[in-house]
Amino acid sequence: MNAAVQLFYLALSAMVPITLASLGEVFTERSGIVNIGLEGIMLISAFTSLWTAEIAISISPLKAWAPWLGLAGGLVTGGILGLVHGLISIRFKGDQVISGIGINLFGLGFVAFGIMAVWKASGYHQVPQDGKVPAIPTPWGSLSPLVPVTILIAMLLWYVLNKTVLGLRVKAVGENPEAADVAGISVDSTRYIATIGGASLAGLAGAYLSIDWLSTITKELPAGRGFIALANVVFSGLNPLLALLGGFLFGLFDTLALWIDSHPTLKPLLPFGVHNFVKMTPYVATLLVVAIAIGHVRFPKSIGQPYRRQ
Amino acid sequence: MMASFWRSIRPFMEGVVAAAAGFAIGAILLSLWGFSPAKAYIALYKGAFGDRYALTSTLADATPLILTGLTFAIGVRSGLFNIGSQGQIFIGATAAVGASLLPFPPGVRLIASLLLGMTAGALWSLPAALLKATRGVHEVISTIMLNWIAWYLSLYLVATALVDPNRAEKTIGIAPGSRLVPFIPGTDLTPAIFISTIFAAIIYWVLWHTALGYEIRAVGLNPSAARYGGIRPAVVLSLSFVLGGISSGLAGATQIIGRPPTYALYGDLSNVANLGFDGIAVALVGRNHPFGAIVAAILMGALSSGARSMQIYASVPLEMVRVVQGAIILALAIPELLRLFEPIRKGFSRLMRKEGASP
Repeated sequence: MNAAVQLFYLALSAMVPITLASLGEVFTERSGIVNIGLEGIMLISAFTSLWTAEIAISISPLKAWAPWLGLAGGLVTGGILGLVHGLISIRFKGDQVISGIGINLFGLGFVAFGIMAVWKASGYHQVPQDGKVPAIPTPWGSLSPLVPVTILIAMLLWYVLNKTVLGLRVKAVGENPEAADVAGISVDSTRYIATIGGASLAGLAGAYLSIDWLSTITKELPAGRGFIALANVVFSGLNPLLALLGGFLFGLFDTLALWIDSHPTLKPLLPFGVHNFVKMTPYVATLLVVAIAIGHVRFPKSIGQPYRRQ
Repeated sequence: MMASFWRSIRPFMEGVVAAAAGFAIGAILLSLWGFSPAKAYIALYKGAFGDRYALTSTLADATPLILTGLTFAIGVRSGLFNIGSQGQIFIGATAAVGASLLPFPPGVRLIASLLLGMTAGALWSLPAALLKATRGVHEVISTIMLNWIAWYLSLYLVATALVDPNRAEKTIGIAPGSRLVPFIPGTDLTPAIFISTIFAAIIYWVLWHTALGYEIRAVGLNPSAARYGGIRPAVVLSLSFVLGGISSGLAGATQIIGRPPTYALYGDLSNVANLGFDGIAVALVGRNHPFGAIVAAILMGALSSGARSMQIYASVPLEMVRVVQGAIILALAIPELLRLFEPIRKGFSRLMRKEGASP
């Protein structure tokens, strides 16, 4: 019982980054824009959120607010990178996949360089206690406030997409931009909203990685979770509630690897080097889940294609 | 005449403009963090082209990048975003080390290393190919997952079956007789660069002078038209993955048998890390053409070789060059990059006309 609850709690923690990034991507893809730069956005935002938090700590009136300002920093960083991707994809009608690859590579360099430049440290920097997002105590252990926030965002996004005018517009420009345009919907501004909004959630996911869950920044902090989030988007069929479920499942695989690898009685039982196979679990599971799930997914008709008014 | 001249140098100009944009963004970041961009770029240039040692290490760094660039370029020609090069180079390098355990005479063992590396790279590309062909799984997701699986599999093999019994931080080395040795003692450039360039020429021949190449390009341009013309896209896409896998597997093997001073794989795989991702930049800057990839690989080789001297002489972290690379790719994602400079071009040709008209 105890171990099961512990695993469940750990899975909830691991669910957050994958789910937030997936939810953002669901929103973006519904408008017809693909952003495969999630990994890079998470990485850069993880860095800037920690940086923001540390700056806030050094200014005494802001010290108490440091973790929250850090989260905001991650959200804003994600939004700015979403704007860059939006400009390339919408304004300049560029290749969305290449833009995403560019963001990912830029992130790898920017963060490795930034860790050296800001903290004069090679490779990693620990989050100070004052910069960490405080956990909520619960009867079975403490939990990040972002766990309920993630669940709320999933429900909110479902509501927005299915019950509001904005949701209708986003889906219209994704399915048939010509018709939406004729109906008086601004294709470009709707897509900007979806791209910037979606990338902001990936930014929040990155902030959670550094100043909350993992309490550190490294050169490869997301460790493929941005791409696992993309796989989860496929699994969800662009439904936010299924993205939440999928995020929990992928989080469970992620956790299982971390849990076995740090378990006091299980770990010594593994032969030398075998923990490498344990760490493969989330990636193998992702491949399998995507292979099984993909058959019935239908993406918006205009996905990945720039819109040109005739 | 002006217009046709402009059109013919357009791909080249796009590369130049993108590179300029990349360096400009790099310079802005450098100044924001209190480094001197001029000092950094001068050190970068000196470390890339400054003397004989710099030049040979630029070409040595370019050697594997030609091959990893080809992986992405072949993919794009068939309409794929194959970013699995990084995993294939891990596996290829591990297999090449494994070949040194085989009971062959030295020369044969060298060939065996290359062949095993290529085979391992090809095999590692198959899951992505099969998932694409049978289930329609997008290659960006499958290849990244395979990259991570390759990383942990190689870490496992490097720490267990292949570990150097005397030095746990690396694998067993390649025996001296089975290595490719430098042209000039004390430098890094070996005949491995011939392997890369010849392989690039072979890929050019395959893509533009064989039926398979025609089919690959046809599928890349329009899969449904290709299917209508009797081509089976699933088969062609799978072969495109395999060709790419061979190329990156070979890159892993040349890093092991043809790159001084180690001739082994480090325990953290650092001597093949990032080469696959850098290959994406090489392919994009080289406009996904094998010969373009050679030129672009030399540019990226110059960046990585120069980065080391930039770190030593200007105290700028060498990861800085990856910022420049990422910015170059973002710029290259914009198809109308040059149109942004249209007003300047128009002004320029008006000026030329005036100069021509005046006596």
